[in-house]
Amino acid sequence: MSTTTKPVKAPARPVRSLIVLALVLVALVALVFVQGATSVRLGLDLRGGTSVTLQPRIAPGEAGKVTNEAIDQAVSIIRQRVNSLGVAESEVAAQGSGTNRQIVISVPGDTGRRVVELVGQTAELRFRQVLATAISTGTVDPTATPTTGVSAAINAKFAALDCSKLENLQGTGTDAPTDTIAVCDRAGTTKYILAPAEVLGRQISKASAGIDTQGGNAWYVSLTFNDEGTKAFGALTTRVTTLGEPLNQVAIVLDGLVVSSPRITEPIPSGNAQITGSFTQLEAQDLANVLKYGALPLAFDRGEVQQISPTLGADQLNAGLIAGGLGLLLVFLYSLLYYRGLGLVTVGSLLVAGSFVYVLFLLLGKWIGFTLTLAGIAGAIVAIGVTADSFIVFFERIRDELREGRSLRTAVETGWTRARHTILVADFVSIIAAVLLYFFAVGGVRGFAFTLGLTTLIDLLVVFAFTKPLVTLVARLKFFSSGHRLSGFSAKSTGTLTVIKEA
Amino acid sequence: MSKLSGIGGRLYRGETSIDFIGRRRRWYSVSALFILLSIAALSLQGLHLGIEFKGGSSFTVNKADATIEQARSAVEAVGIPGEIIVQKIGSSKVRVQTAALDTAQNNAVQDALAAKFSVTVESIDTQIVGPSWGKEITRKALYGLLGFLICVMLYLAMAFEPKMSIAAIVAVVHDVFITVGIYALVGFDVTPATVIGFLTILGYSLYDTVVVFDKIRENTRTLAATSKSTYSHATNLAVNQTLVRSFNTSLIALLPVGSILFVGAGLLGAGTLKDLSLALFIGLAVGTYSSVFIAPPVLAQLREKEPEMIALAKRVHSRAAAATLSSSASPVAASGATRGPRNQPKRKGRK
Repeated sequence: MSTTTKPVKAPARPVRSLIVLALVLVALVALVFVQGATSVRLGLDLRGGTSVTLQPRIAPGEAGKVTNEAIDQAVSIIRQRVNSLGVAESEVAAQGSGTNRQIVISVPGDTGRRVVELVGQTAELRFRQVLATAISTGTVDPTATPTTGVSAAINAKFAALDCSKLENLQGTGTDAPTDTIAVCDRAGTTKYILAPAEVLGRQISKASAGIDTQGGNAWYVSLTFNDEGTKAFGALTTRVTTLGEPLNQVAIVLDGLVVSSPRITEPIPSGNAQITGSFTQLEAQDLANVLKYGALPLAFDRGEVQQISPTLGADQLNAGLIAGGLGLLLVFLYSLLYYRGLGLVTVGSLLVAGSFVYVLFLLLGKWIGFTLTLAGIAGAIVAIGVTADSFIVFFERIRDELREGRSLRTAVETGWTRARHTILVADFVSIIAAVLLYFFAVGGVRGFAFTLGLTTLIDLLVVFAFTKPLVTLVARLKFFSSGHRLSGFSAKSTGTLTVIKEA
Repeated sequence: MSKLSGIGGRLYRGETSIDFIGRRRRWYSVSALFILLSIAALSLQGLHLGIEFKGGSSFTVNKADATIEQARSAVEAVGIPGEIIVQKIGSSKVRVQTAALDTAQNNAVQDALAAKFSVTVESIDTQIVGPSWGKEITRKALYGLLGFLICVMLYLAMAFEPKMSIAAIVAVVHDVFITVGIYALVGFDVTPATVIGFLTILGYSLYDTVVVFDKIRENTRTLAATSKSTYSHATNLAVNQTLVRSFNTSLIALLPVGSILFVGAGLLGAGTLKDLSLALFIGLAVGTYSSVFIAPPVLAQLREKEPEMIALAKRVHSRAAAATLSSSASPVAASGATRGPRNQPKRKGRK
């Protein structure tokens, strides 16, 4: 190039940018070891297990709307039930957005039917008088006096009840309102014998947590009953308030587990009650949410049940890995054949992008519980193409500039400024697609959208911080700038009529 | 390969030019034919929906010597309502599909299959889909599709120009139509994985279109000032110039998708991988076609209706007529006329 040529904008220091990228990668790898996240968390479709998707709905015969709080409450009720199975790495999560969320339950291993039967029932809230209570010690106390007026069977069950055992914290959902029952509290520390239900959750009309600013900033929960509930709750409180401990307590039972058992200090005929105690803000709000949920319990429609045997899981994982390897290999081969020396840059860039994806899969598994599913693997494989596409857009731009008669070093810079815009717009469209898919979809689709979005971001990082600097560097090599036959920039391969040599 | 590159150079300079814009009626009629076929196939045959959409249960037994007859007799003995479909998948699997069943019926089918093939209940891969679930999935997919189209249209209108976003969306809708039509025609199973595939195609098809449009915008930026080429001719040159790029990006995108399809269909027989990659494979091919043959002509047609563009076309034609002393200002000649002054003097100026 002659000295009269107006210099193109000085290239951003390519070596520095490569070093920074290498440092970022090394730092991420170090994080992997520090955090001990050395294996990718696999989804159930890759290792076997059962997943159930539930659609919460208003129970038949009820009127009202599904609220966000109700779904959160439903998730915690179902989590309680699933945890009682004692299977490690079981998960219960709400997916989707707003009140249209689904509850997705995933339990690894061979628990199929039990999970399905466990999670489908509606959880009810009931108020029951406490007949007896004891700290659950895990051992049967032979000296304990049986509670009078309660059948021997229930007394025996109460005596033997060990609330530290997971299966007793399942929350049965089968506590018939007319039965006298022996149950645990949610925390698994106290056991109760409870009288038949006298007030039902559906008879609550309002519940909220509040703070008493005068009485030493104590949190309380207030609740209001409807007409029916007011009568029933009035009768219940009038009867029990004069009795001794623990008969003057009324247990709030959700899904067969005691949430709270406040002592009734006076008859409450007005239908407006306040539960006080040494609540923290969180406890008060939790209790208020439980009561609100009880007012309008949700039914769960079983949307989808998928039971995958470990054999199929392993097969699918293998297939995914083989497909990924094969796809990568084909892309390598094609870029080397078509772009010759420049193809090596593609291979290098894809390898760097691949390392980033792998390391992030590891770390995200640790940080946000990211699990790799079959659809996720497919997303990553599809992303190989998207990533390689942005290299092609860049390379073809450089060739265009060469055809305009520019020297390679100039062509790289001007080609980049133009290709950059195309790549940004195109990748942004991919990201829009990924984000929308993620928010509208449930289950496998989300996994696909997540990996597609993640890999597109990595594509941008790699193109900007690796591919471009690397091409700038190789353009300085004589092998490329002289338009060597195998460089991918030869006059023959660009179709330039005359090779313009550097002055 | 390098032969192809040589073509790239000739296409770039306009020596070899395929008339994409001028012959738009031809491409439109090809597409119209396909779309009509798609509509016919959709209305006559409909889509072959998987159980995820219509509700139902699917049980897959993995046993080397399992036969369809054994499985059918075992399930028929249970006495469940609705049609029972039994298929052999690969060499060692049998899949039974039934209508939507309740929990007890599902368990009964599982037990019957487990007893017949002497395998454990847990080793039967089961998928149970409630009858109302399909509607939910369909609704979500449609919301996703609409949301995507609106977002992308707005984004492209901002990043490029409003008419480009219209042309891009026309191309995308065209792609979805034809892909869905092919599904109806061939009778491939449509599952949620297929829908993911469809949605991804939209992104892909747009990627290609964006690459072409970016070049069109560059070529047409100084159009009004120079009066050397009409919008259509400049667009045609851009499409020709990006042809090799479009071909390469599509091929590179197809390679990994093809390998998923190969492995998914070959090793697993059926399932997520096959459904997803099949939709992608078909959609990608259609998407490449539309980004070259549909989107640019539609754009050119839209822009040529603008008063400035009509005026420009008049100026260009009169110039061309004056220059060649002939009225046959063919597109090739016109773009040839652009090429000279556009390239050579610039190079000399730089030297």
